[in-house]
Amino acid sequence: MRRLTYIQMPPNQSQALKLLLSVNSKSYSIITERKKFYEDVSISHGEGGMFEINLDQRKLKTPGGKLFTAPNEALAIAVANEWDTQKDVLKFYSMHMTTLCNTALDNPTFRSKDQMITAALKYLETDTICYRVEEPPSLVELQNNEWDPVLNWIEDRYNVVIGSSTNILGPEIPQATMNTFRQHLGSYNFWSLTGLEYVITQLKSVVLAFALIDKHITVEQAVLLSRLEEEFQIGHWGNVEWAHDVDLYELRARTAAGALFVHFSSESSTVKRKLMQD
Amino acid sequence: MAALSSPLRLCRGILREIRAIKGPEYKQSLAYNYVLDQFRKNQITGERYCRAQEEALHASHSYLCLLTSTRQHLALYDIYHGKGQRDTEEMAGIVGLRLPTQPGGKGWEK
Repeated sequence: MRRLTYIQMPPNQSQALKLLLSVNSKSYSIITERKKFYEDVSISHGEGGMFEINLDQRKLKTPGGKLFTAPNEALAIAVANEWDTQKDVLKFYSMHMTTLCNTALDNPTFRSKDQMITAALKYLETDTICYRVEEPPSLVELQNNEWDPVLNWIEDRYNVVIGSSTNILGPEIPQATMNTFRQHLGSYNFWSLTGLEYVITQLKSVVLAFALIDKHITVEQAVLLSRLEEEFQIGHWGNVEWAHDVDLYELRARTAAGALFVHFSSESSTVKRKLMQD
Repeated sequence: MAALSSPLRLCRGILREIRAIKGPEYKQSLAYNYVLDQFRKNQITGERYCRAQEEALHASHSYLCLLTSTRQHLALYDIYHGKGQRDTEEMAGIVGLRLPTQPGGKGWEK
């Protein structure tokens, strides 16, 4: 139990909280579980076309204390479903959509779009897909067979040069390529960018993240390609459930959440009615 | 382009996951009605190749993956994840010992 010392007695509740937060700088939610304190989950319309989540009669708030709002119904329902899924104990580490929304709403590390884009593109220099081994031959072949098609796809799609390398420093990414990607990432809004950066961080690959977000590959395929060498070693040495499977399912869950988050944050679904002709 | 399952398979898969979570009253849940609604809405199209339909299909595939893998991860987590450190008193109690008490408090405690 941590001891908290007050320098002076704060006059009211909210001041006390602020003092607590300033003393305790790692305040952004280290709690992983807590007891369930509600029965029903529902969504409702809020201001400006946003959606709010209701737990019984109370409105859901972000860890930073803001009112939780989702920009569209699909995202709201995905989050509401996460809260609805919880049984007697709330397991925050399994609520990926909620976590992503909280990060986008609170922006606890105060990052700008540019900073996020720079951080995301940093992964390109050591992109999983581009980092090849020289031996054993079967792994080399596997990497070529599985990764080359995706690399070709992205080079085609974005008209860039990336290439792969067996060099310890990784491939040399031309500035033109970086510029193209930087421009493309700049076209995403802040929420989508949050999701996209998350997917890149999870998969440890910009190429795979793009392939997934552009709906060229599925989540399972992206995760498999990201873990290609691990899967190779598992095939050789055997599977360890408490390590490999746990990692696999967690990576899948997080990547799926990220991909869905980007999809919901950047889509604009309109229903176009065709004229009936007879 | 990746071979995605048919819409019917995906829809059934998602609804099955929802049922696994919610139990018997799963038909009243938010997600159930929304998912069914979305699948119905996206069905109607005269186009042979509909981009929006493919995107919706990919999104539902991702959602099914999210539900399934979260459930699987939690199942393994419950089995394998460490329970965390116990209190010193509890730990002593496990081997049948008790922590000593000093009425005057220990030297360094105020």
